[in-house]
Amino acid sequence: MKDLAEAALNAAQVKGAGYADVRLDEHVQQDIIVKNGQLAAVSDDASEGFGVRVLVDGAWGFAGSARLERAEVEEVVDRAIRIARASARVRSAPVDLGPAVTSRGRYRTPLERDPFSVPLSEKVDLLLRADAAMGAVKGVSIREGSMEFLRQRKVFASTEGAFTEQELYESGAGIEATATSPDEVQNRSYPNSFGRHQGSGGYEYITAMQLDRHGQRIGEEAVALLTAPQCPSGVKTLILDASQTALQIHESCGHPTELDRVFGMEAAYAGTSFMTPEKLNHLQYGSPQVTITADALTPSGLGTFGWDDEGVPAQQSFLIKEGLFVGYLTSRETASVLGQPSNGTMRADGWNRIPLIRMTNVNLQPGDSSLDQMIAETKDGVYMETNRSWSIDDKRLNFQFGTQLAYEIVNGKRGRLLKNATYAGITPEFWNSCDAVAGRNEWSVWGLANCGKGQPPQTAHVAHGAAPARFQHVKVGILK
Amino acid sequence: MEAARLTDRGEVKRFIDKLLQASPAAQTEVMVTEWDSALTRFANNGIHQNVAERDVSVRVRVVKDGKTGVASINQINESAAVDVLKRAIAIADLQSKGEVVPMPGPAKSQPVEAWSDATAAATPEERADFVEAICARARRAGLKAFGAFSTGSEQFAIANSLGVYHHHRSTEATINSVVMGEAGSGYADRGAINVQDLDKNEVADDVIDKAQRNQNAQPIEPGVYEVVLEEYAVAEMLEFMSYTGFSALAVEEDRSFMRLGERITGDAITIWDDGLDASGLPAPFDFEGVPKQRVDLIKKGVASGVVYDMMTATQEGRQSTGHGLPAPNTEGPYAVNLFMQPGSVAKPDLISGIKRGIWVTRFWYVRIVHPKLSIITGMTRDGTFLIENGKVTRPVKDLRFTQSMLEALDGTLAVGKTTKLQIGEFIGASRVPAVHLKAFTFTS
Repeated sequence: MKDLAEAALNAAQVKGAGYADVRLDEHVQQDIIVKNGQLAAVSDDASEGFGVRVLVDGAWGFAGSARLERAEVEEVVDRAIRIARASARVRSAPVDLGPAVTSRGRYRTPLERDPFSVPLSEKVDLLLRADAAMGAVKGVSIREGSMEFLRQRKVFASTEGAFTEQELYESGAGIEATATSPDEVQNRSYPNSFGRHQGSGGYEYITAMQLDRHGQRIGEEAVALLTAPQCPSGVKTLILDASQTALQIHESCGHPTELDRVFGMEAAYAGTSFMTPEKLNHLQYGSPQVTITADALTPSGLGTFGWDDEGVPAQQSFLIKEGLFVGYLTSRETASVLGQPSNGTMRADGWNRIPLIRMTNVNLQPGDSSLDQMIAETKDGVYMETNRSWSIDDKRLNFQFGTQLAYEIVNGKRGRLLKNATYAGITPEFWNSCDAVAGRNEWSVWGLANCGKGQPPQTAHVAHGAAPARFQHVKVGILK
Repeated sequence: MEAARLTDRGEVKRFIDKLLQASPAAQTEVMVTEWDSALTRFANNGIHQNVAERDVSVRVRVVKDGKTGVASINQINESAAVDVLKRAIAIADLQSKGEVVPMPGPAKSQPVEAWSDATAAATPEERADFVEAICARARRAGLKAFGAFSTGSEQFAIANSLGVYHHHRSTEATINSVVMGEAGSGYADRGAINVQDLDKNEVADDVIDKAQRNQNAQPIEPGVYEVVLEEYAVAEMLEFMSYTGFSALAVEEDRSFMRLGERITGDAITIWDDGLDASGLPAPFDFEGVPKQRVDLIKKGVASGVVYDMMTATQEGRQSTGHGLPAPNTEGPYAVNLFMQPGSVAKPDLISGIKRGIWVTRFWYVRIVHPKLSIITGMTRDGTFLIENGKVTRPVKDLRFTQSMLEALDGTLAVGKTTKLQIGEFIGASRVPAVHLKAFTFTS
């Protein structure tokens, strides 16, 4: 691999690139699905290839190929150079990457048990036990459980002298029970929605979920939701569980602090951002309870690695400090516009894509409250748990989310189960209404393996440390 | 000119035949997808990302002793064939029992033309020139252009040990652009099989005109309004209807809004799926190797059919309609070549009878709120206008809607007489008209 990387960099320099980098990537993925008591799918996917990114006359070109052959390297470099020259014809300002990056080293995801060495039968047995627990509940009509394991080996090298090798592992799993009636479809999933809960690590991550111990509970909840009253409409105190708080961070803080969005680089697709540079260090984004970091060093996070895909070391930085907007997620190119070094958030979803600014682990720091305390202090509110739907505008201001399950809160006590719960708001108003965040012992890291961005589309695996949190004067119960 | 860099069709066939012969499984399926694609992205009137890739996927499904294994690899050579087959067999062998999706037998598929040499040979310079035409016009108008222009070619072959072999090749060119001024934006996109069917000046005129008309939008009270939805919004609604309701599995699992035989929308609405219609993005067979059939989904407002794959068809004792997805698939069949019947009203005349309503260019970030009631939420974007007394009078701030799709279509007052091809982001395409609806609920 090192030979091919060097060949690509040499060729790029000879052909006129002012800067070049190359990523060689080998990706292996195993997926298992159990549905309604049957092993419905097992697949084993492998992909390898390389991508060359070049700067010529201050403009970018990129080409990738699955053929890891010397002759193909030459062709791919030629293609990238030609593309860069075409870019230069319609260029804005020349790209400035800022200070050189010369990282060197190796990184491997810490893990206790290599998920690819665990027998398939052990994985399937666990999913079948969880399935049986859901199936024991009368009224559950669809049961599904899944696992996913990933291993990525990648080499990054640049003409500035960077050379890093990484071996990254992810493990994920989840179960879901569905109940239906003539007018309703109600789902409950565990530990999270979006198919599964995923983190960087080995099979120990799966074992810790204890999927089989939660099957019956979520089955019963799905059935109970069919006949539960509708979440009432009104303005109320809202308490979110940690997983929904994580998604709220993702959509309303993670995305708008991506500096490429701010500069319009995603305007025609994912959109822009309301968090424009003049607001940096001025916008009171949230209440003093709200401190949010981007931290690629968080254990078990899907945004945890050694170096990003520009060779910048993993690091922690503040985005929101006690409510004040203080930082962006950056790349070398975008950070240099603000006169800053990159904080290492550039990642590609494979060898065939360029790196983009992606969330790492964007974490809401724990507070000093607790879920029980928040409920006890609430007179008229709703508690919502586990995401069901999510939508936010292209500037990341106007959002509406729905959750699988909700409970009314009346005079400090949890009341009736509620179905089809939704809430809506405007980002800074919402985070400024946050008056409590639960403490460290209720804080956990939630992986999201479905974050879409870019053209051609890329899917990033990111994470959010979060705890239950409370918000005041929130519009809830929007069904029409 | 650049040549399309796809493996020779005969070589693909030889590779597949060899792999099928080598398989010890009772049944084996091989799917090869190979693509060579490029995309030029622009922002602030300049190219900022510009990429190309060449890749292949070889996907093997084996059924051995009543158990199924699926493996894939992205190489097309002898050692890759050995490796991927070995891994698929190993997965099947490791299972104690599993579910088997039946493979189809051979059937003739109707060839459809979806290839353009011009698209396959498009160069980075041609893409840059196209982009520059939009950027230059935006610059002259004091605006900024953003977007992406892509060209690509693909070949897809599927075969199984029961004698199925199909091959199809296709090209696709798409341009999408947002143009922004100081206080508002416009949008346009176009897609075609032949890149020469895309007119850079026409796209630029359209998006710039929309951006210029959509400056200094003022807020409007949320509520229920008559609306005109442009084709972008209609296509997105159809895609969500397909995702939640048009599959036999969704009906079987009682999570679809489709009540077959019942009237579910206004009688001006007729929707079907047809993978063989050359005015869409045609494909002659599905990912299980079954030839595609036209399926009427909603006929004059009545839910009339759903699409089937091998699993759902076998369970109901009928034929697959050719809407299977790649194995392993637990999601069920998927309608990806959607059409909505046009009406008789010219698009500009759709507003003529509206006293007070909203013109919606496109939706953004649509998500399902309630699948069975077909309720979705999302935002309007890049051109939302107030209609007063039959005329568009001013731009309004983007609005969030929360609305049942069936209820909205139940109040269809008119359907545009022209249709537009909307290429899906990930799969398939829709050809739809603009519509005038009696009531649409904006919630904030």
